[in-house]
Amino acid sequence: MKIRMPKFSLALLTATILLASLSLADDSWKQHVAEADRARTNPVAGQADAIAAGGRLFEDHCAKCHGADALGRRNKPNLRTDEVQNAADGEIFWLLRNGSLRRGMPSWSALPEPSRWQIIAYVKSLGKKE
Amino acid sequence: MKRLLTLWFFTLFLCGGYCSAQEWPYFVTYAHDLEEPGNLEFEAKTTAGTPKYGNTFYGETVEFEYGAKAWWTTELYLSGQHTSNDSTVFNGFRWENRFRPLWREYFINPVLYVEYENVNLADRSFLEITGHQSVSDLRLSNAQGRSETERSLELKLILSSNAKGWNIAENFIAEKDLNEGEPWEFGYAVGVSRPLSMAARARACTFCRENFSAGAELYGGLGDLNGFGLTATSHYFGPTLAFNVPRGPTVTFSPNFGLNDNSMGVVYRFKLSYEIQQITSWFHSGAK
Repeated sequence: MKIRMPKFSLALLTATILLASLSLADDSWKQHVAEADRARTNPVAGQADAIAAGGRLFEDHCAKCHGADALGRRNKPNLRTDEVQNAADGEIFWLLRNGSLRRGMPSWSALPEPSRWQIIAYVKSLGKKE
Repeated sequence: MKRLLTLWFFTLFLCGGYCSAQEWPYFVTYAHDLEEPGNLEFEAKTTAGTPKYGNTFYGETVEFEYGAKAWWTTELYLSGQHTSNDSTVFNGFRWENRFRPLWREYFINPVLYVEYENVNLADRSFLEITGHQSVSDLRLSNAQGRSETERSLELKLILSSNAKGWNIAENFIAEKDLNEGEPWEFGYAVGVSRPLSMAARARACTFCRENFSAGAELYGGLGDLNGFGLTATSHYFGPTLAFNVPRGPTVTFSPNFGLNDNSMGVVYRFKLSYEIQQITSWFHSGAK
């Protein structure tokens, strides 16, 4: 049986793949953080309960890539470097919301905001280690 | 049904400790969240219903979803069904790809969806409703249904927003039968959901609110190119509830109620899904 694919479908498929490949042209994520986002502060920073809850969320969602100790695994980054530990909470929050799709970091916008702040509190509580 | 339950409990047992899934409680609607790169999610979806003047059926769809990139998810579906007083048949496969064309999170986030389907007319997976599909299609015997295989291209525009813990997703569906001269068929799906708790607790818990999400789905057909609209189409609406078992799979349940005479009265839907994180690392000897 002969299968014919309409020209319109082929054009749409091509456009889809083209649009998808354009997303490879991203830059360093920090450049994209707006000042208003950078200025946001973590409402649960330093709180013991939030750090404990963030640790659980980190284990569920982040540890497989970044390691249980957050020191990174294979080509996934260490989260205890100066760059991350000195980053503003608002910058990390922006990254969790948007991800860095080109670099393989997915968006975590599906996690509610309070949960994302808990993860940040946990990561910051780990301190530097390289 | 007994075999299915056995499979589910086996999966729960097998998954303890290294499987996890956290997702919206939808069956038909897609949100813009893609599979994390390197993760493989396995889903078993069951659909059960009794069409008027027809036999009770149990449709089973097994889905393998892989995060190829952070912006690209690819999935393979295998479908089969059992109809009481009839038989058990394999229905075919679907290959689906979803792409995020924009790199950032916006108020509304588009995802482009392309799927190739090769399924016969005995399919009862209810993964979407398009065109003029109606309850009368479900009265075909399995022998009649499996005698005709439909190869089709399905496109979806997925629009979705995450805000204040809520997800609101709208899907616009266009489907073209590739081996017959049928016109493009259209459909829609809309979903709204929210976790029952926005923040996690400090201590691990099983039946606490943070592990549940609830919502509702509405989906149906919009006719075809020759007759776009609601005439002679079927529509369903239902609440949905998902339970994310800590360090385990997600179990989702939804009763979907038919909204007009072209729809079935009730369709019961169950889903078990679990995610194997970073599956490729299993094959690297140097992985920690």
